[in-house]
Amino acid sequence: MCVTLPISKTYNYTAIKNRQMAQQLRPSKPADKQSKIDWSRRQEAENFAETVKLFRQGKIDPDMFRRFRLQHGAYGTRMTDDYAMVRIKVPAGQVYPNQLEKIAQLSEMYSIGSAHFSTRENIQLHWVILEDVSEIMQSLADVGMTSREACGNTVRNVMCSPMSGVCKDEIFDATPYAMAIARFMLRNPICQGLPRKFKFNFTCCEKHGMIRIVDVGLLPQIQEIDGEKRKGFKIFLGGGLGNRSFVGHQLEDFTPVEDLLYTSMAVIRIFDRMGDRKNLSRNRMRYLVNDLGWEKFQNLVLKERAVVKATQSVIVKLNIDESVNEIQRPISVNDESASVPDGYARWEKTNVEKQSQSGFNSVFIGLEAGDITANQLRSVAEIIRDYSAEGFARNGFSQNIVIRYVHDDDLKSMYSRLIENGLAKTGSLTMASAVGCSGTTSCNLALTNSHRLAKEVQRKFLELNYDDDDDLKDSTIKISGCPNSCGQHQIATIGFYGGGGRHGTDMFPNYTMSLGGKFDEDAMLGHHTARVPVKRIIPVILKIIELFKENKQSDDTLAKWIDRVVSGNESSKITGVDDIKKAIAPLIVPPNVEDEPDFYMDYGSDTNYHTVTGKGECAA
Amino acid sequence: MCCMIDSDIPIINSKLLREKIQENSIRIVDVRREQEYQQGHITNSVNLPLAKLLADDSSESIQKIAQDLGISDETPVVIYDDTFGALSSRVVWALQYIGHKDVKLLDVTFSQWKDLGYEISTEVPEIETATHSVKINPEIMATAEYLEKVKENKNVVIIDNRERLNYLEQHIPGAINIPYRTLASDGKILRTKEGMKTLLKNRGISEDAEIITYCGSVGTLSGLAYYALKSIGVPNVKLYVHSFKEWKSLEKPIDKQENANYWDLSAE
Repeated sequence: MCVTLPISKTYNYTAIKNRQMAQQLRPSKPADKQSKIDWSRRQEAENFAETVKLFRQGKIDPDMFRRFRLQHGAYGTRMTDDYAMVRIKVPAGQVYPNQLEKIAQLSEMYSIGSAHFSTRENIQLHWVILEDVSEIMQSLADVGMTSREACGNTVRNVMCSPMSGVCKDEIFDATPYAMAIARFMLRNPICQGLPRKFKFNFTCCEKHGMIRIVDVGLLPQIQEIDGEKRKGFKIFLGGGLGNRSFVGHQLEDFTPVEDLLYTSMAVIRIFDRMGDRKNLSRNRMRYLVNDLGWEKFQNLVLKERAVVKATQSVIVKLNIDESVNEIQRPISVNDESASVPDGYARWEKTNVEKQSQSGFNSVFIGLEAGDITANQLRSVAEIIRDYSAEGFARNGFSQNIVIRYVHDDDLKSMYSRLIENGLAKTGSLTMASAVGCSGTTSCNLALTNSHRLAKEVQRKFLELNYDDDDDLKDSTIKISGCPNSCGQHQIATIGFYGGGGRHGTDMFPNYTMSLGGKFDEDAMLGHHTARVPVKRIIPVILKIIELFKENKQSDDTLAKWIDRVVSGNESSKITGVDDIKKAIAPLIVPPNVEDEPDFYMDYGSDTNYHTVTGKGECAA
Repeated sequence: MCCMIDSDIPIINSKLLREKIQENSIRIVDVRREQEYQQGHITNSVNLPLAKLLADDSSESIQKIAQDLGISDETPVVIYDDTFGALSSRVVWALQYIGHKDVKLLDVTFSQWKDLGYEISTEVPEIETATHSVKINPEIMATAEYLEKVKENKNVVIIDNRERLNYLEQHIPGAINIPYRTLASDGKILRTKEGMKTLLKNRGISEDAEIITYCGSVGTLSGLAYYALKSIGVPNVKLYVHSFKEWKSLEKPIDKQENANYWDLSAE
């Protein structure tokens, strides 16, 4: 039921005041929803504090300490041993208002006053003093969260599509299964010392997921067996992005849910037994699959599954909670007669998805390269309470937050609230929301400031209203600061990874551009096209869009056009990647340093570029 | 009944203060701006805008301020602000500097007090001026010169209480960073004694060390740290009153975290 309270028609200070009054006047909100699962274990915090002390006293071998630290979700920081990045796991991306408020507080106490949403549904706190990590772990336990096994050679955060449960094309909601796998694997002895990290991604449908670029990707299916409809999955194995990227292989036609655990265990056991523990640069499972050949690997998995099935005790099972979430529209302060706030139509078009549940919407909140301030986190928590009928949010795949179950009638008022809090950036569901890994802002391996570059690209796109351009809607821009793949550049329509270039004796940040990457059912890795100096990236992107506009067919999109260009199927003036190379060639010639000193500096830096990297920890 | 507040408790509990309000033997000081004070303050409190204290923080000036507020050597004083205790701590420090013994922070801010529904008023109490002596307490004061002299000493810990990004960008060499937000806990301006001790223990800071705190410019954020440390019984804490602003203007050495674009990680 909706109780409507009058609020001012102008969205200004008076509106805020009135809203505050309305909040005081209205009946108290239903009790906050909180995570049903407590992922934390308090004694790990104390143990961590003690271990840090021993390490500082030189009583623990640095390599051993590093493995321990990573196992507990504390990653190293660029050029220093004093700081860590704490990666907070958010299984299936499901995050609650009290958790966001806690993270807001922790970011002010122990980090930089901002938190970072990652591409794998984690929330990260950067530049944390190593000695303070245990305090963060303690506080996370207050709200049922953990950073355990968020880094290191473990089963990383189990992802699930932010649209799972509300997607129009999904067969069933995979969320309870993602949660169950996360629960089973966390702290499980079978995955504490894998050859390398291991990733599970669940999705809703073929359009919204990332199931072919991870170790195990799962797509819900229903199959009729002996006249009975049975739930199960299409399982993809051995995909992954990195220095060498691979697309996952489908294990079998249909894997019933009863076999989900056995299959997962079988894959992990094979990887544990046969994976490469020596060669750090090729020890992800995708290399094992590639070395053995898919058929052989597939056979091994199926055989191993039979063994697992035959030898596991019946008490080893997944704890699947399929109880229905209570959906209750919060008491609204919405005034339907209020004027439509400026920019609403554009925002709704580029940030809101209709759900399968009639009258409800999923609202995507775009963040610049995943960064959000403590105060904004608090606002998001309040907005979830006030607008989401399910009472929690989901972390998205593109460094964003998704608030679901927002009623049609509440969208305008919610938009006003988002504007007040600087959270109403348009284009979340479009090419404008560029992804950028943390780059030289905190990562040891980074060669360039990919993080800032993503922000610059997004700002330029919004300035040019490109988020509103339907031709660009299904394209993506993704940027990594090194040849590894935290920014997922290989699956972007236009992807970049950072490196250094040289003109005479002067160095400049130089990105490798790939074109035509795709994910989901047509997963394909982008084609390396050219090296583009950082200060030419925006002009080059704009040039490509210009070429597309000149040569496109009537119902074309940039993604389709680039796809035809890279596969040699384009019949216009631009017939292949070489024509694009030719067109951008004049743009990427390095000027002399005296003529354009800025060319030789990375974004966010006022000194000449030089590469500095430390030791990576992905492999530790 | 004796109304003295137990001076072993370093911070005054809001509930306890309510009981004391009607007794004229304690002085409650509101350090917000005059205009804010006039719109409503804790009943019976008097106003000392921090700016007035900062305008001239010579011991004579602090003495006069105390006397004008009716604070004698013996008067128990409770101070509050609406800025998580940072402004009040600076005033606490100033009074302690001229030798006042019984001065405490209120454990909540004015807004929290109001939200709790406790007594506020717009009435300005009449003040009878008092006499206060000056017995300078030099061991709680650090100057740039002093800091530079002792900063290499093994037993000296310098704490920078600014936010992390400011610290990364530039700080006094050898200083460690405890952002002022770290000192608070849920709903209270300071952590519990136990929480504070854990923080020090984790950081490997001995309670027997000589601790010098500083912040951006006038010693408010670091005043809070000074107070937090004193309140758990750390004996030797000094406030570098003129803090980093002065340090920089004197062109003293500065350290920074190199080779990382941490500012670009901030959402602001």
